[in-house]
Amino acid sequence: MARQNEVGISKGIDVSLVWLYLLLVAIGIMAIFAVTYRDGDPIVASFLSFKTDYSKQFYYFLIAGVLAIFILITDSKFFPATANLWYAVGIVLLLLVFPFHSRVKGTESIIRFSGFQFQPAEFCKVVVALALAKYLSLPNLDFTKTSSQLIAAALALTPAVFSIMQSETGLALVYFSFFFVMYREGLPATILIVGFSIAVLVVTTLLIEKNTLAIILTVVAILVAYIMSRIVRRKREMIVKIVLIWALCVGIQRFGVPFLFKHVFHSYQVERIFNTIGRDVPPEYLRIAETNNVGDRPVKKKDTDYNVKQSKIAIGSGGLTGKGLLKGTQTRYEFVPEQRTDFIFCTIGEGFGFAGTMTLLLIYLILLFRIVTVAERQRSVFSRCYAYGVAAVFFFHIVINICMTVGLAPVIGIPLPFISYGGTSLLTFTIMLFILIRLDADKQMILR
Amino acid sequence: MPVFNQSRSYIIKIVFAAAFLIIAIRLFTLQVISSKYSLLAVENAVLKKNVYPPRGIIFDQKGKAILNNTLMYDLMVTPSEVRGVDTIYMCQLLEIDTADFNQRIHEAAFKNGRFRSSIFEALLSPEKHARLEENMWRFGSGFYLQERPVRTYPFKAGAHIMGYVGEADSGIIARSGGFYKPGDYVGRTGLEASYERILMGQRGVQFLVKDNKNRLVGKYENGAYDTAAVAGRGLQSYLDIELQQLAEKLLTNKVGAIVAIDPKTGGIIAMASAPDYDPNELAGANFRKYYSKLVLDVTAPLLNRAIKGQYPAGSTYKPIEALIGLNEGVITPRSGIGCTGKYYGCNRPVACTEKWAGHAANLRLAIANSCNSFFCNTYRLIVDNPKYGGVKNGYENWKGYMNNFGYGLRLGVDLPSEDKGNIPDSAFYNKLYRNSWNSCTNITLGIGQDAMTTTPLQIANAMCIIANKGYYYVPHFIKSIEKETKEDTILNVYRKKHEVLTHIPDTVYEVVHSGMQDVVERGTAQIAKIPGIAICAKTGTAENYRIIRGVRTKLKDNSLFACFAPRENPKIAIAIVVENAGFGATWAAPMASLLLEKYLTDSLRADRVKEVERIANTNLMPGWIQQEQFRADSIRAAQWMKMTGDSTRLKKFLRKTSTPVKDSTPAQRIALINKIEATEPKAFTIKKKRIGV
Repeated sequence: MARQNEVGISKGIDVSLVWLYLLLVAIGIMAIFAVTYRDGDPIVASFLSFKTDYSKQFYYFLIAGVLAIFILITDSKFFPATANLWYAVGIVLLLLVFPFHSRVKGTESIIRFSGFQFQPAEFCKVVVALALAKYLSLPNLDFTKTSSQLIAAALALTPAVFSIMQSETGLALVYFSFFFVMYREGLPATILIVGFSIAVLVVTTLLIEKNTLAIILTVVAILVAYIMSRIVRRKREMIVKIVLIWALCVGIQRFGVPFLFKHVFHSYQVERIFNTIGRDVPPEYLRIAETNNVGDRPVKKKDTDYNVKQSKIAIGSGGLTGKGLLKGTQTRYEFVPEQRTDFIFCTIGEGFGFAGTMTLLLIYLILLFRIVTVAERQRSVFSRCYAYGVAAVFFFHIVINICMTVGLAPVIGIPLPFISYGGTSLLTFTIMLFILIRLDADKQMILR
Repeated sequence: MPVFNQSRSYIIKIVFAAAFLIIAIRLFTLQVISSKYSLLAVENAVLKKNVYPPRGIIFDQKGKAILNNTLMYDLMVTPSEVRGVDTIYMCQLLEIDTADFNQRIHEAAFKNGRFRSSIFEALLSPEKHARLEENMWRFGSGFYLQERPVRTYPFKAGAHIMGYVGEADSGIIARSGGFYKPGDYVGRTGLEASYERILMGQRGVQFLVKDNKNRLVGKYENGAYDTAAVAGRGLQSYLDIELQQLAEKLLTNKVGAIVAIDPKTGGIIAMASAPDYDPNELAGANFRKYYSKLVLDVTAPLLNRAIKGQYPAGSTYKPIEALIGLNEGVITPRSGIGCTGKYYGCNRPVACTEKWAGHAANLRLAIANSCNSFFCNTYRLIVDNPKYGGVKNGYENWKGYMNNFGYGLRLGVDLPSEDKGNIPDSAFYNKLYRNSWNSCTNITLGIGQDAMTTTPLQIANAMCIIANKGYYYVPHFIKSIEKETKEDTILNVYRKKHEVLTHIPDTVYEVVHSGMQDVVERGTAQIAKIPGIAICAKTGTAENYRIIRGVRTKLKDNSLFACFAPRENPKIAIAIVVENAGFGATWAAPMASLLLEKYLTDSLRADRVKEVERIANTNLMPGWIQQEQFRADSIRAAQWMKMTGDSTRLKKFLRKTSTPVKDSTPAQRIALINKIEATEPKAFTIKKKRIGV
């Protein structure tokens, strides 16, 4: 294939990453083949026909390969030099969505022209990774300053805000993964811990009755104050801090979460979140969800649950070794919705069982670890930051996608890197990875 | 550039690994530990489709098929594929309107889903089927005709025996432990139910793979697990369908039952119960219509009175009592009693139909003349036999004999829900008379009255025992199963000889037989005489009561007749009960005579055919039925109006006087109401308003 020639052309590229990439794309095409192949179709002919999904994915892969070659022959200085420009382009494209979007499957984030679909929010992942790397690698940047931390966060989260406005919450969440990059570059761990704690608090709010939770929080606060009584006696402001934290927690739990669920989330999102934690949507949120969000379909109890239930059946029925390629009844006969795209993991789970899913997880883990290792060997901060950005985005996609197929996360439509069917996502991930490979080829250079 | 924070790369790696570990654990529990998911997947994707073989046929003793299978057709619809169909033409063919059409489509889509086919119209009438068959090509793939085998009954007889086949209800499905599924057809009553597993054959199973919209995509594993359907096996019965038809004809417009058994085998030759119905009514497209009609009829046409009717045995029991007395040694063939029209042994005299001296001079005469005094006395002798020490033990001994004769027990005929009649035990009388009773208290048991009730089948069976001089086979319909194997144990109970009183010498039996023959030759049932055939018989005229509107009312006597013939080498034993028809000799005896002649000589003489018509054309329906029917119908109409506010049904029952006009048919009643309505329109409208429609 074309890439083998590239090894000669481009010196110093990381061959293991290229192999991992090829392996994952191959698994992806095979999985899509397993879902959409109908008995009796001539295999070779339909692979070349561009009529079936696996054939299309195969052609997308060829396009991605050509793009990868272009990236590899590009000068590595090109990327840091144009990073800000790309960011500007990305933001403009995102803004263009508002007047020109067309409605596809409940999202408002897609621009269409002459039968070709384009989702700027997807493309912006690359752009943000580049821009954030550019910003963090500024020679006189002091990332310990709160102001620079805020700027970095704003860079990462601006597209997220636009995505949410375009009803693409799933994609918006991806941008939060860039906090990994900032963490690596010195963002205090407390911020991440506080963020994580708030997330935990929100989930417990949904799980536990609100008055009970308030009592629990109060008891915890009193206990903390009691345990820290010595420090409190020495420092009077400690007690103020504890009271403030307690007030914040109770505030979130009593007013923040209900506000979020009544006025921010769409009815289907509320539904999915509650399905994930295995609860029915409480009537207070249900009523609001039905009346306030005009244009949403009405909430049906436990309906979106169907996807996850069927997906779990598919994966669970795979057993230890799976049913074999083309033998999975669940995935073959379309019991799982969106199984070529977001739920492609089911096909592997059903066809190849626990052995198959473990192998895939292992390949992904090797890929992520390899990217982190590659990141750490960069001399330039730009390359390192960019590499961490890639790792973080991949990690987020992989974990959330698999978690939603096994019922550990709410169903937010984000694809499994390199495996899910879809031209845009395959191209985006290919571009991201091959920019990294290109930068890594020049790891001795200091890029600004 | 100083590389600080490098240690954080390890933390990031740990976070990555931890997340993957959580996923791995989750996958392990899902895929390796939990096994429910693979079952769910099979349930999801593999459709187990039953293939129904034709049901077995039942033949009568001369090899005629009593019932047959014909194919009828269901019109099936797949709602998702009904597009661009000429709806109006379809409606014309089916004689429905478009609103009905749309509603049926919606119902089908709601019940079975848009992509699965459902019944649009079940069991099409032959005309509709013919019209549709010609035009199916117009309606595309959305509609198709589905074959469905349906029973037909060429002789229009034996409805109660055959029973009917219907869709399995939730009870049957639950009891079968998953053997039956909703939509399966199953024998609901009669022989169809008793021999269900033989008649149904072996269902075939096809495993088909379906997709998420339940469309069938092909055979599962190329049909490796499929099994072929095996047709239901036929049943050879003892029934004589012509005799059956005659029996049913004789009971036209009467309430009662006839049972005819071959004493040598226990095979039931005919079993009629009246009122009855045409079995074809419950087999085709109009099941619902006829079924509700039959259920709402107060005469209970669905009730098989031959096995569920509870009748006092009356005098038909006397020969049995004679045998018990002989066996106990309390009477001999020479025993007699000086009866002058009443039995004075107890405080309360029991009347006897005969008054002339010497009519009960010996056992034979007592039977021939049906002397109540003799048998009251015999009953007392049996029960008060000093060797049992007390009436209660003596009574229990008598009850034991009765049970041996098949009274008070389920005989075990091969029809479902047989009743056992009633031979009360001594505890019953202890309770009723507070432990203070003697043989005089229930003296009328001796003449087959009091609390004793029996089913016509039991009476016929008792006749078999007498005819056989002591033994019987459990009465049953089915002689053999087609291709019977050792696994078919269902008939074994019917091939076992039950020896009840075979130790009584034949000479004693001969005395009883002679007495019974005299009943026909010179006794109470001379009307039943057939030249050249020695008939042994016993008439019965039983008092009976019914609770009508809370009042225990004495009704006209039941007419009973029990007989067997010929005396030597008996071929048939018959029991007949005609409710509220008077003397046994008036109606039951001539019926029996006709049946005997038909069965034993295979034909009827010309004057006898006229006799059949005479009996068939006589209406002996009890008078209370009309009143009860009127009451039940009007109450139902009132409830209907309460429920729906629709007074049209109740209107039929409105009149100035609230009592129904006697002896009027429903048609006459409607005509009467119309007349009232025409003459007094104002009064009627006022009444309607008052009801508050």
